[in-house]
Amino acid sequence: MTRFLARRLLNYLVLLALASFVAYILAAWQFNPLENLLSRNPRPPEAVIEAKRLELHLDKPLLVQFGLWASGVVQGDFGTTVSGQPVTDELWRRVGVSLRLLVLGSVIGTVAGVVIGAWGAIRQYRLSDRVITALSLLVISTPSFVMATLLILSALGLNSAFGVQLFEFTGETSPDAVGGAWNQFVDRLQHLVLPTLTLALGGMAGYSRYQRNAMLDVLGQDFIRTARAKGLTRRRALFKHGLRTALIPMATMFAYSFAGLFTGAVFVEKIFGWHGMGEWFIQGLNTQDINIISAIVVFAGVTVLLAGLLSDIIYAALDPRVRVT
Amino acid sequence: MTEPVTTESSTTAKSGVDVASFASRRTLVLRRFVRNKPAVVSIAILVLLFIGCYALPPLLPYSYSDLDYFALQQPPSTDHWFGTNALGQDLLAQTLRGMQKSLLIGVCVAFISTVIAATVGTIAGYFGGWRDRSLMWIVDLMLVVPSFLLITIVVQRTKGDIVWMIVLLSVFSWMISSRIVRGMTMSLREREFVVAARYMGVSNTRIILRHIIPNVASIIIIDTALNVGIAVLAETALSYLGFGVQPPDVSLGTLIASGTPSATTFPWLFLFPAGALVLIIFCANLIGDGLRDALDPSSKALRRRKARK
Amino acid sequence: MSLLEVSDLTVAFPTDSDVVNAVRGMNFHVDPREVVALVGESGAGKSASAMAVVGLLPEYAAVSGSVRLHGKELIGLSDQDMSQIRGKTIGTVFQDPMSALTPVYTVGDQIAEAIEIHQRGTTRRAARARAVELLDLVGIAQPERRARAFPHELSGGERQRVVIAIAIANDPDLLICDEPTTALDVTVQAQILEVLKTARDVTNAGVLIITHDLGVVAEFANRALVMYAGRPVETASVDELYENRRMPYTAGLLGSVSRLDAAQGSRLVPIPGAPPSMAALPPGCPFEPRCPLAIDDCRIAEPELLEIAPNHRAACIRTDQVAGRSAAQIYGVSTEPPDTAEEATDPKVVLRVRDLVKTYKLTKGVVFRRQVGEVRAVDGVSFELQQGRTLGIVGESGSGKSTTLHQILELTAPQSGSIEVLGTDIATLDSRSRRAVRGDLQAVFQDPVASLDPRLPVFEVLAEPLSANGFGKKQIDERVAELLGIVGLQRADASRYPAEFSGGQKQRIGIARALALQPKILALDEPVSALDVSIQAGIINLLLDLQERFGLSYLFVSHDLSVVKHLAHRVAVMYKGTIVEQGDGDQVFSNPQHEYTRRLLAAVPQPEVNRR
Repeated sequence: MTRFLARRLLNYLVLLALASFVAYILAAWQFNPLENLLSRNPRPPEAVIEAKRLELHLDKPLLVQFGLWASGVVQGDFGTTVSGQPVTDELWRRVGVSLRLLVLGSVIGTVAGVVIGAWGAIRQYRLSDRVITALSLLVISTPSFVMATLLILSALGLNSAFGVQLFEFTGETSPDAVGGAWNQFVDRLQHLVLPTLTLALGGMAGYSRYQRNAMLDVLGQDFIRTARAKGLTRRRALFKHGLRTALIPMATMFAYSFAGLFTGAVFVEKIFGWHGMGEWFIQGLNTQDINIISAIVVFAGVTVLLAGLLSDIIYAALDPRVRVT
Repeated sequence: MTEPVTTESSTTAKSGVDVASFASRRTLVLRRFVRNKPAVVSIAILVLLFIGCYALPPLLPYSYSDLDYFALQQPPSTDHWFGTNALGQDLLAQTLRGMQKSLLIGVCVAFISTVIAATVGTIAGYFGGWRDRSLMWIVDLMLVVPSFLLITIVVQRTKGDIVWMIVLLSVFSWMISSRIVRGMTMSLREREFVVAARYMGVSNTRIILRHIIPNVASIIIIDTALNVGIAVLAETALSYLGFGVQPPDVSLGTLIASGTPSATTFPWLFLFPAGALVLIIFCANLIGDGLRDALDPSSKALRRRKARK
Repeated sequence: MSLLEVSDLTVAFPTDSDVVNAVRGMNFHVDPREVVALVGESGAGKSASAMAVVGLLPEYAAVSGSVRLHGKELIGLSDQDMSQIRGKTIGTVFQDPMSALTPVYTVGDQIAEAIEIHQRGTTRRAARARAVELLDLVGIAQPERRARAFPHELSGGERQRVVIAIAIANDPDLLICDEPTTALDVTVQAQILEVLKTARDVTNAGVLIITHDLGVVAEFANRALVMYAGRPVETASVDELYENRRMPYTAGLLGSVSRLDAAQGSRLVPIPGAPPSMAALPPGCPFEPRCPLAIDDCRIAEPELLEIAPNHRAACIRTDQVAGRSAAQIYGVSTEPPDTAEEATDPKVVLRVRDLVKTYKLTKGVVFRRQVGEVRAVDGVSFELQQGRTLGIVGESGSGKSTTLHQILELTAPQSGSIEVLGTDIATLDSRSRRAVRGDLQAVFQDPVASLDPRLPVFEVLAEPLSANGFGKKQIDERVAELLGIVGLQRADASRYPAEFSGGQKQRIGIARALALQPKILALDEPVSALDVSIQAGIINLLLDLQERFGLSYLFVSHDLSVVKHLAHRVAVMYKGTIVEQGDGDQVFSNPQHEYTRRLLAAVPQPEVNRR
């Protein structure tokens, strides 16, 4: 199995390299990092502009630029921003913020979604199932930026109803948070609830629908009938034999949905004011910064790659038919 | 010379069943779809919206760019049914205009990406070999790259150009559909009627066009419906970030973006465009689901009995 | 008191349009240690009856009547209560072993589960140990080791043994087997029947077996119920039934079974028409439309199951007309093979295959493919097909017979060896001459449902080969009408869709399509395997007639030896990619030389009652 995984890893790395290449070239071609400089009023002297141009290697052909950047990346250095800050440091800092934002919400969303979907499949066509299906559909139809604002509106309502600022929705922490570790923790939690909920709801809706369909496919299978013929009640047969088998295709969905997670982060960070990768990306677009954008793309690609590997591992763990040599 | 021992005529085949009343597959599908009330309602709503957002604006007293200085940031009233924004623009007119963009882009992108997905999927699935491997490798590549990020890179340069948006969105949304089409084609390829056609000397192109595509049509139709929702979502997202439709033109995304900051104090500025957006996508999804239930013979189409003991 | 008493059982399924009454009044009983067979063709309601007994019908099915096990009423029990009985008092064996086991749990665990559910207090260990014992009982080699295997690592036959082990794990009093051998190879079928006999002996259970295979009934069952249109139409002990059947349907059924001792070219007795649609039955006897002995009274009311001899009941008012007459006499057909005019000249060879080889590479890896081995699907096969004759290639799954056929049909140069069609070596063909050869070599496939594009009306289906080969519209119209007539269909059928036809008719359409280009050679890949027995008979007769009429040469691939016996002049037996024995049909069947051929012939259950 390790050989199988190693081959997959190699495949992913090649894809990643290509993706980075495409992103970099695209950005370098489309962006004009000097635009901000040029649009300043009064216009800076030519010498300054020229110096900046050389500093950003903009005089060199695109491929050479890429080469310089890539060789830096391999050594762990993602270059500098337009304003001269090292990208790498900022990258790690922002990654931390984004992870803190995303992980909890996506995990809750996935697990809850799977459970809800399985339950809905078992109670197919009952009222509870219909309600869940309708709700999931509604939530899926609501983009994260709408959902986030709706949650904020309701949170405001709740806050005023309770008379206390229970839910915070700006940033990761309050600037004036005082007290020891506990207070800090609670403060963070207060800030975390709403964004987590936004992400979790979206995840729940998506996964529950997918899981429900997967379960329904499994329901009609012969081995469920065999399990019932053994003496398992319908419900136990479905949970013990059906769920386990229906989880297998979920593994593949996991990888693909990871890419979506990142894009969702962009909006959530913007609305809730978290200084994570999403916000940075918008910033990079506005400042036409090639290095920032490329670094983010590389990072996003790496996460997709890791998710892909993880899903392969999970798939092999769940499905014995795949475990060949 | 002996005649065939059994001369079967089709009237004795299904004894007791009136052959003339046998329903063709199309009728069955239609019947099943119509039974799905939410889906039917959704189609009605979407059609109405589509017609409405193009037909209504000329009839309204205000256009989307008119400024009414006497009604700044006013809640919904008889004069301005959806209220006005800070500049005095009528929100109803703006929402309708925004819907025009969203629906237009959504439908175009859905169609184009489905065509790409169908072509790539059937070629990869039918021919296999190097064609399949290379096409699937390209699909993998495009899935690894966070396509939304790439789109924004290009779009921030071509700000506001609808055609570019349609092209870019189409180019980046066909991948998963193509995989599904490919899977279906591969299983169809081994089906005996395709094999039989090959042995009869029918050319490959003909086989694909006459046998494969009609049989994957159901998947393609479902996909198109669902893609409309996804495309509308994508365009809205881009416009929300400021990279899509540019002012003074409006799209639902720009409206939501400008409405969000003041959502707490002037909720109508946010709720109406957001509501319109969710409605469109919800309807598209319901239609897609309804189509899937109607077209897929294996989905439980039997009448549900009352609960078992 | 019997073990199982079923009275007035009815099962109805709601569908899109009407309610389908799958079972319309079943009455039977099963005693301990006896084997009762429910025999019938598809749609007769046998599976529905069995599933109703064990409570595994879909939720939307409506069941009424009475099913008593040890005197206790089963219908109306909740899922909870029924689950106590399933697996403990009633064991079930299903048809398709390939999908009957959960892929993610080991075989041993799945058997142990059956034990743990009903015997609380058994430790994990004890259950596992018992599972290994059971595996040994059902004949799995190295049970210790195999218990830790996953279902996909076992062959079809082995999986079915596991299913039987699960069924008998708790020493049930009733064993229900739903077509337990249908999905298996012939030699494996024989083994599984043996296992079932062992299971019955070990548990002293009463067995209810559902099957369409009259040979299996003869070998295994004590009593049989013949079902038609949801009701039993004849019940008797198996001896009595086979020797002294009284219902015309039973007679037809027995007459339509192909036999190993038949001469080549002898016809079978097909039952005309097709089973009725269960959604709208006419009043009167449901078999009446197809019955050669039907009179007006038959249409008035459905006959009751009346006793005509001790323990022998039949639902027919014309049983006296059936007694003592052969099926051929009742149905008015001749089963004699036509007089074969002695061929003075050696018929010429239309197809010659020499040392054909086809290997498949096993590859691993997604990005960088690597060959890890190969499978020799066809390993040096040689044979000849003569004009106007049939060559039957017989073998089980994995023998390479279908691959051989498809290699020939591809009309491309083989990996190794040579193929000559009508004197032309395939390797020398270019696309134009290949076109011409295709016109002479056409194919008929196994699954009539899958071989016709469901979206094309029959006219298009038949016109396709014609238009692909340049026929004009008028010619196509004429030819399509002609073809329909040849295979016994009507002109009006051309505008209908394949779904509107029965299985047998669909196969006729497939044959008509194959004849469209007036080929000289027909390649037939299991053309009757997916059909009911009485329908099979019709198709076999049709094929024989067509051969006589048009001088066609058939290359016939099948796993069913009896069918091959009727059709083939020469027979080739394939095993693991090679031909182990080849010769005249009579010779090979009556005097097999090779070990495998002997085994194959011995495994075929014959519809004659033999001493068990």
